[in-house]
Amino acid sequence: MTTTAELVTKGAFDLDWRKVARLGGLTALGLVFIALAGMPVGLDSRILIEKYLSLGYVSLLWLSLIMGWLMGKETLLEGMTATRKSSRDAVGGACVGALGGLGLAILGLLINTFDLRDPLVNWSPQTLDILTFGGGVGVVVVWIPICAALGAVGGALHLAPPKVAKATIAAILTVLMTAIFATFIVDVVSPLDFLYSKNRELKLGWALVLAAVAVGFVFSGGGQQLARVKADYHNTTGPAKTRQTAALIVVSAAVLIIIPQVAGKITQELMANIGIFLLLALGLNIVVGMAGILDLGYVAFFAVGGYTTAVLTSPNRGEDWPGWFPTLPWWGALMVTVVVASLVGLFIGAPVIRMRGDYLAIVTLGFGEIIRILFLSDWLNGYFNGAQGITNVPPADFGVFEVKGTDPRSVFYLVLVFAALSIYVSWRLEHSRLGRAWMAVREDESVAEAMGINTVNVKLAAFVVGAILASFSGAIFAAKVGSIFPTSFLILVSIIILVIVIVGGMGSILGVIAGSVVLVGILGGPKQPGLLQEFSQYKLLIYGALLVWMMLQRPEGLVPNVRRTRELHQDEFLQDAWLKGQVDTGEEEPAVEGGEVR
Amino acid sequence: MNRLLDIQRLSVSFGGLHALRDLNFHVDEGEIVGVIGPNGAGKTTFFNMISGMVRPTAGEILFEGESLIGLDPNQVTQRGIARTFQNVRLFANMTILENVMVSQHCRTKQNAFGALLNTKGFKEEEAEIRRNAEEVLGFFGTRLVGYRLEQPASVLSYANRRRLEIARAMATRPKLILLDEPVAGMNPKESAELTGLISKLRDDWGFTVVMIEHDMNVVRDVSDRVVCLDYGETLAQGSFDEVSNNPAVIEAYLGRPLEKKA
Ligand SMILES: Nc1ncnc2c1ncn2[C@@H]1O[C@H](COP(=O)(O)OP(=O)(O)OP(=O)(O)O)[C@@H](O)[C@H]1O
Ligand SMILES: [Mg+2]
Repeated sequence: MTTTAELVTKGAFDLDWRKVARLGGLTALGLVFIALAGMPVGLDSRILIEKYLSLGYVSLLWLSLIMGWLMGKETLLEGMTATRKSSRDAVGGACVGALGGLGLAILGLLINTFDLRDPLVNWSPQTLDILTFGGGVGVVVVWIPICAALGAVGGALHLAPPKVAKATIAAILTVLMTAIFATFIVDVVSPLDFLYSKNRELKLGWALVLAAVAVGFVFSGGGQQLARVKADYHNTTGPAKTRQTAALIVVSAAVLIIIPQVAGKITQELMANIGIFLLLALGLNIVVGMAGILDLGYVAFFAVGGYTTAVLTSPNRGEDWPGWFPTLPWWGALMVTVVVASLVGLFIGAPVIRMRGDYLAIVTLGFGEIIRILFLSDWLNGYFNGAQGITNVPPADFGVFEVKGTDPRSVFYLVLVFAALSIYVSWRLEHSRLGRAWMAVREDESVAEAMGINTVNVKLAAFVVGAILASFSGAIFAAKVGSIFPTSFLILVSIIILVIVIVGGMGSILGVIAGSVVLVGILGGPKQPGLLQEFSQYKLLIYGALLVWMMLQRPEGLVPNVRRTRELHQDEFLQDAWLKGQVDTGEEEPAVEGGEVR
Repeated sequence: MNRLLDIQRLSVSFGGLHALRDLNFHVDEGEIVGVIGPNGAGKTTFFNMISGMVRPTAGEILFEGESLIGLDPNQVTQRGIARTFQNVRLFANMTILENVMVSQHCRTKQNAFGALLNTKGFKEEEAEIRRNAEEVLGFFGTRLVGYRLEQPASVLSYANRRRLEIARAMATRPKLILLDEPVAGMNPKESAELTGLISKLRDDWGFTVVMIEHDMNVVRDVSDRVVCLDYGETLAQGSFDEVSNNPAVIEAYLGRPLEKKA
């Protein structure tokens, strides 16, 4: 859509000072917060580019760049005046950055003068040391020009021709990603070892080469070609699309099967963890995304799956089990686990399902904790060993191969099978009578009931399907870890699964996959490390920040579900229909256009 | 003629307010009954009660000789009573087709396993649901079909939303259809057209119709019988002319200027 905003030219120093103050203040606050959260000190030992740049400094540098860019960002609106891009944007960005740098400088001076170490752990000489680059206190002032320069670069991105701006961003991101994900990259493609020094620090020379490659890629039009392929896929319909989709699925499956063969343990472990959380998220997606039941105690079913499998397979289960109680192989235990999980789903679901909205959320939250506390309790100690948990859960033995924690590749393949199954189940159900009933219940429960849908039954069905998928995950988890403790099933797990679903896109299967890869893969699960191992200490902080940012900028999620996008962007959708000439005036359509029914 | 719906001494009160008081009402198979009455007379409450969304405090509702009291709304729909809502309540983010497909829920029976295994029964039923949906939508000419099928209900004009509500009710394959102010918000041309369609609901589709309506032209044109409610009681019933000339009815509509202002 093209807008015809009227452009006016303004002098370089004719700035919107309120915006400068606001963004500058935010930058300063953000930087001080990052410094006091301990990131610069904690991450300083992680060197990204040999001798020159540590992750600690990166944690202080990125913000000014982005804020400087934001300073020059303007939404073009039909009929409103906008400012022509000029050196004014760079000046604005510089001012914002300078204010941010000022914040850091003041922090440095304050740290030097007062001692607030008692409440603020990172109010420390180490932080000051980083801020002064190891020099005297006075050196902190250099943050003002540093941040101003970064802000100016950020602002100047608006001036540069689009290709230059894109190339700059691509270069920066390529170098940073290659440096940060060093361990992972070498783990997948070990020959790439030559890029790094022995501590996995990117060599400066190669960093420059990579930047050049990125720039070359953008200028050779590689980005546009990618975009064109994507648009082509998007625009094809009918059997051709089905064929392309099928091909895409086959290729992704092949890639997923091959990667663990060539990659090392770290990658295999990572993929196994992503899969375990993907299974959970797919289940919760049915409950929350499709049926609209906000279940905050979803971890309960994960726990039930894990414990049932453990009890049925481990010789170390509690002593109070009767003598006839069987010890089964993993796949036998899985069958029982599924049944038990469905029953628990019914049992928890039956009382809570009649509640709506917030009440239901609170009650499920309670049930999630109750289940964990039951496993922990003295009362059931004879069955579940309380806090000691159940150890010695044997590997899942399939005759041909064994799935055990020390062999993450086997775990991944097992998870892959179940993930494929769960995706199939989600996809089939979404487009069935039951799936439509879920949608209707999510939209308006009382109308759905008046239209003949037994809302209690369909909601219970969602609960049970969700419980079964979570129990798969629990069963695999038990075999993988080899022991099951109540602390593996904290409320945090429920929350992280929910964040995966929300960030990915509620009700969207692809979104949930993207969410699991991004959150569990990059940041890590509640206890499982992700690619950004260095950040594991700040994991929850980043999760929170990401969630807030998503809710503000992209509430429909990374790969949104159509229906949810419609819900959140109804105005835009109407505008779109209007532009396509499909606006509904209520008049009878001419027969040519509307008469044909597929 | 067969008695389809028989309501005896039905009462409901919200707190101290008697929304319906000792109401007697009946509908015979194949009738079109118009329900009129001033604002707040209890007409919508009356529908809510029949469809099971509000529980009556006393009285009996018999549908085909069996009591509906205590049934959930979905069970009432299953028995064969469908309704529309005065304040249009579509599933706004579902497509037009989905709106009409989902309301066939109680007439279809494939469960999750059918969908997972993609059985023959499942495929046939899906095709059948789709065919029914298109047939029902086709009742309104070309307005709700074609590219519209895949559009969300929220893009529809007000009049088309009302039509879709009726289509959604029709798709539940009811014996009795309850229309709550079907032409509200439509222009004279549109309401004249819909009036014709309401007759067709009976003549071509075999539904019995009870319709709440404020537009007296519509009521006159289609109703076999008219019932006037006021303060939750039946004020008059009979042919349109009888009811519209009834002094009590005229008074209910015109004769209480002081109370109306209050
Ligand atoms: N759920 C409820 N709780 C309390 N009072 C209610 C409820 N539903 C309806 N009422 C009251 O019952 C009375 C009848 O309302 P009803 O909606 O049935 O009127 P109506 O005849 O449909 O009016 P209109 O022509 O404006 O649609 C009104 O006074 C209304 O305020
Ligand atoms: Mg009403």
